[in-house]
Amino acid sequence: MSSAALGRFYEDGEVVVHQGDVGDSLFVVQDGLVEILVEEDGSEVVLRTAGRNEVLGEMAIFEHLPRSATIRARGRARILTLDKRNFLRRINEDPSLAFRMIETMSHRVRELSHEVVELQAALAGHGSPAEVVEH
Amino acid sequence: MVTGRIDFEGDGQIEGAALVDGSRVAVIGGGPAGALFTYFLLDMADRVDLKIDVDIYEPRLFAEPGPIGCNMCGGIISETLVQNLATDGVFLSTDVVQRGIDSYVLHTDVGSVRIATPNDEMRIAAVHRGGGPRDVTESRWESFDHHLLENAVERGANVIHARVDEIGRIDGRPTIKVHGGEPRAYDLAVIATGVNTSLLKSLEGLGIGYLRPKLTKTLIREYLVGADEIGRSLGTSMHVFLLDLPRLEFAAVIPKGDYVTMCLLGEDIDNALAETFAAAPQVRAIMPPGWDPAARSCQCLPHINVHGVDKPFAERVVFIGDSGVTRLYKDGIGAAYRTAKAAARTAIFEGVSEGAFRDHFLPVCRAIQGDNRIGAYAFVLTRVAQRFRILRRAILAIARDEQRPGRRPRLSGVLWDIFSGSAPYGDIFRRMVDPVLAVRGIMALPGVLVATVRGPAAAVAANPNPRR
Ligand SMILES: Cc1cc2nc3c(=O)[nH]c(=O)nc-3n(C[C@H](O)[C@H](O)[C@H](O)COP(=O)(O)OP(=O)(O)OC[C@H]3O[C@@H](n4cnc5c(N)ncnc54)[C@H](O)[C@@H]3O)c2cc1C
Repeated sequence: MSSAALGRFYEDGEVVVHQGDVGDSLFVVQDGLVEILVEEDGSEVVLRTAGRNEVLGEMAIFEHLPRSATIRARGRARILTLDKRNFLRRINEDPSLAFRMIETMSHRVRELSHEVVELQAALAGHGSPAEVVEH
Repeated sequence: MVTGRIDFEGDGQIEGAALVDGSRVAVIGGGPAGALFTYFLLDMADRVDLKIDVDIYEPRLFAEPGPIGCNMCGGIISETLVQNLATDGVFLSTDVVQRGIDSYVLHTDVGSVRIATPNDEMRIAAVHRGGGPRDVTESRWESFDHHLLENAVERGANVIHARVDEIGRIDGRPTIKVHGGEPRAYDLAVIATGVNTSLLKSLEGLGIGYLRPKLTKTLIREYLVGADEIGRSLGTSMHVFLLDLPRLEFAAVIPKGDYVTMCLLGEDIDNALAETFAAAPQVRAIMPPGWDPAARSCQCLPHINVHGVDKPFAERVVFIGDSGVTRLYKDGIGAAYRTAKAAARTAIFEGVSEGAFRDHFLPVCRAIQGDNRIGAYAFVLTRVAQRFRILRRAILAIARDEQRPGRRPRLSGVLWDIFSGSAPYGDIFRRMVDPVLAVRGIMALPGVLVATVRGPAAAVAANPNPRR
């Protein structure tokens, strides 16, 4: 990994944002991997990992709520920060900037729906996925 | 002729000429404006299930070193453009970014100050537009223009490696002719030739109301210094100069991978002015020991657009990037991105008629030009600072004071935005005339006066590169 590229380095295990923090930025992974995890009652659940060119923390753009998950470097990672205010200002001039972000969010909703189906099925031991996913 | 209305599920009708399935688009010039236009046009067409063909006419070979691959520029990708591209999925990897830039160092005859980005993050990219100067033996980086063009090709564009000789019109549709070829008709012609081309002059005779932008000459030099030496001397800062040299308005020294780029802007820029600048003690101080200003790898004198076109569009024709409207002195590639994307949005969602471009593309150009008018005043203020040493001292004193923890970086923010081109000029100007800044100036005055009375010997120039 070059030390003269975009963003800043996070060492293995270093936290980019903490769950519960108030968010005012988005992140784009430039190199390496990060994990997105939820901490509850002292234990951690890793929701997924994200790599190069993935945009993270976009919920902070649309909601005024604390961060719903922690983002942490898995191995050495390089991350570029996008400022929320500037981002919204740019979307105001060019709404198509949001296309890709909406696309990403829609993929995540689809993935989550899929997981809900699997979990429901696992919990029930049987069951009809069609009853659960209605979008 | 396809004069149509397409209907995206219901009322969203396009009046007049529109792109429909099978439409053909010609993009003349595959620099940032042309490549980004194509990338966005094909991306948006895909989103609305529109099948169109795009031919990009581009004679340069961006992967090659030397003039054949180079679109002559400082190669700074602004903070805003880095962020926009990242959001749009145009990834700038370490193969393209030769050096991440985390700070600006302002050099004057009375000292220097370093202004860093928040969190010491690398938020600006330094790139080569082509394969590098002609003495590159092994290119270690991909050129920026090559990267953008590849992105457009991946989206499905066809690149024709030829120079367009003539643009005409048959039955209301634009035609493109390359040397030795027959004119080919298109549904839309997108002019993205930049300003360093003779083609624009011939377009004035096309009867579409196009008048070329006003230009001024600039100078660029590249020096082979080596990555390690650059790391030790210039570091990851862009170095900008406010020197009282006759005819020089603005100068920057930009560290790349193995090379250092020197850019000069001013009146009647020539070799003699470049020699004077390179010999200035403030320049020598940031370059590695033993650096020889005469040992340059290449030099060019490209034009830059200093006053954009009033009517950068016509029926089925649109001018984007430098050939139309750009930002005054700064972030030309960022402006190319804005006009390219506005033209692509218009073509897909609003049509390609003159009226569609007037209503949906022109406002973006007007916003840039309106901001440039304010920018011109901001640059007058920097010119005044260039002439009066007392002002330069005051600027340095305030900016240095602001580098202390807890100080709000009012002037540093203004300087950052002026040099990096990160914010609209209107914004910068408003902050420039902020009363709090005036108060800070008055408070800095006693120290500045003492230093001025003591003369140049007391100058704070002992710190030419504050990072060292
Ligand atoms: C000294 C200097 C320093 C600069 N530094 C910076 C900087 O650091 N950062 C920044 O953002 N901007 C900078 N700029 C501005 C920047 O270079 C331009 O704004 C930018 O290149 C515009 O992009 P474009 O695609 O419109 O034009 P260009 O980059 O000029 O590309 C035009 C393309 O069209 C092709 N073409 C021309 N004629 C024809 C023809 N007849 N047929 C087919 N193809 C043709 C050319 O080969 C070229 O590839 C600088 C400019 C100068 C002069």
